[in-house]
Amino acid sequence: MVEMIESLLTFIGFPLWMQSVIIILLKIVVILLPLLGVVAYFTLLERKVIAYMHVRIGPNRVGPRGLLQPIADAAKLMFKEIVIPSGADKPLFLIAPIISMAPALAAWAVIPFEAEMVLADVDASLLYVLALTSVGVYGVIIAGWASNSKYALLGAMRSAAQIVSYEIAMGFALVGVLMAAGSINLGDIVTAQQGGVVHWFWLPLLPLFLVYFISGVAETNRAPFDVAEGESEIVAGFHVDYSGMAFAVFFLAEYANMILVAMLAALMFLGGWLSPFEGIGFLSGTFLAAPSILWLFAKTSIFMVLYLWFRASFPRYRYDQIMRLGWKVFIPITIVWIAVVGIAIVAEIGPWFATNTGVTG
Amino acid sequence: MISFEQLLFYLFAAIIILSAVRVVTVRNPIHAALYLVLTFFTTSALWILLEAEFLAITLVLVYVGAVMVLFLFVIMMLDIDIAEMREGFVSILPLAVVVAVMMVAVMVMVVGPHHFGLEIYPAAVRHAADYSNTRDLGSVLYTVYLYPFEIAAVILLVAIVAAISLTHRRRPDVVTQRIEDQVAVTKSERLKVIEMKAEERR
Repeated sequence: MVEMIESLLTFIGFPLWMQSVIIILLKIVVILLPLLGVVAYFTLLERKVIAYMHVRIGPNRVGPRGLLQPIADAAKLMFKEIVIPSGADKPLFLIAPIISMAPALAAWAVIPFEAEMVLADVDASLLYVLALTSVGVYGVIIAGWASNSKYALLGAMRSAAQIVSYEIAMGFALVGVLMAAGSINLGDIVTAQQGGVVHWFWLPLLPLFLVYFISGVAETNRAPFDVAEGESEIVAGFHVDYSGMAFAVFFLAEYANMILVAMLAALMFLGGWLSPFEGIGFLSGTFLAAPSILWLFAKTSIFMVLYLWFRASFPRYRYDQIMRLGWKVFIPITIVWIAVVGIAIVAEIGPWFATNTGVTG
Repeated sequence: MISFEQLLFYLFAAIIILSAVRVVTVRNPIHAALYLVLTFFTTSALWILLEAEFLAITLVLVYVGAVMVLFLFVIMMLDIDIAEMREGFVSILPLAVVVAVMMVAVMVMVVGPHHFGLEIYPAAVRHAADYSNTRDLGSVLYTVYLYPFEIAAVILLVAIVAAISLTHRRRPDVVTQRIEDQVAVTKSERLKVIEMKAEERR
């Protein structure tokens, strides 16, 4: 595919450097367009899933079975006026949604979809994702401050404190993963899990897996950790003064981040694009046992639906309970389990650490 | 003809210098902190140009993602009167100029071409595309520099413990919730089922 476009570009007569720029831009489009489509239909899925859990029908007016609802929402938001509060810091007010959206999209640059299918095969890709997602918190803080409203500022403080606290637990969970895989390259982490369901890292790193995903839910400010915008209690938290497309960008960033966390969980703990039927005798050689991008998407969808399931099932945490869970429960658990993983690597326990998974070369 | 890489370098360097100047000249402290964030971010871009991607990412992760967020937190909570802060600017100016000139002089003496010129540090050799800065750094850090690395870690740990113990006040007179007890509560402690006769129908 890439070769075809390359030869086409040479045929038209682009210089070499421009060719690579065009191909990189095309790759970005190929990643981002489906992502934004998934974000749009994720909102519809959320409303439908929650509706069915409430024994309601959910949106079913726009298009067949309500399938055009996200498009109608997008059109509505685009034509709404963006109200800028009179005392607001205008440049920062408008930059804030961009700052929260950009890292959520930029992190996808290093996500591998299959063995060789990755835009930028950065060696420290896991660290890159962690660093970029930590930049996203600026969108929240700047939005809260630039609105010049005490409610927005309080909401920003609450959600930023929550994001920063859970980032630590999340980072420690990732330390366990990179110890088990012996690499911080996401592609290598998946390759290290080869050999069927029991070889995936969810089993040896079970506590870290749970901590990671729950921290991911808290990081994205989703229910049951959505104290920043608890819709039944307070108005909206840091984006209370945003309207129209400026609000929509925050909304999209939240969903893009959710999909990112879901995909990272699938890559790091559920073997990414590896097949769950790998290593089962009579299936070997068939398409079921072959690694495929479809497995990755299927595993990611599991986590995406879990988000919605959580939202419709659990009552909201109280703020001090959230802080206690992050600092006093998750961080100790991760520290203990990192020590356990270290011992397991030295003792070469089980199928996971039997071969030397340490640093090679 | 300057290469694309040089172009990037001059672009990032210009942004760094401009935003660093804005950090000290801008009136609003929040804006100053945000310019400092921009300075850190572009510095990490420069480090990537130097093939030090691990350090660059760590700079963003630690300074942009954690330290500056806490900075902003504190600044936003403060009630700063800008007019009051600028009072006495003229009277402090001579002293400030002297300090600034001295700092610039010291920096030129230390990092000038005298010590870091091309004769002493020739231009670094470009590495191949499969060169991993992360792995190289790790293997040096855990072998040659193991003791300095671990001593630094212990010092940081002591600093954390000290900071917490300095700010941690135990106030015995304040009544607070103990969430552990709340979570560990069982039905028998809260709920009492009483057997009683139903009221007779009148």
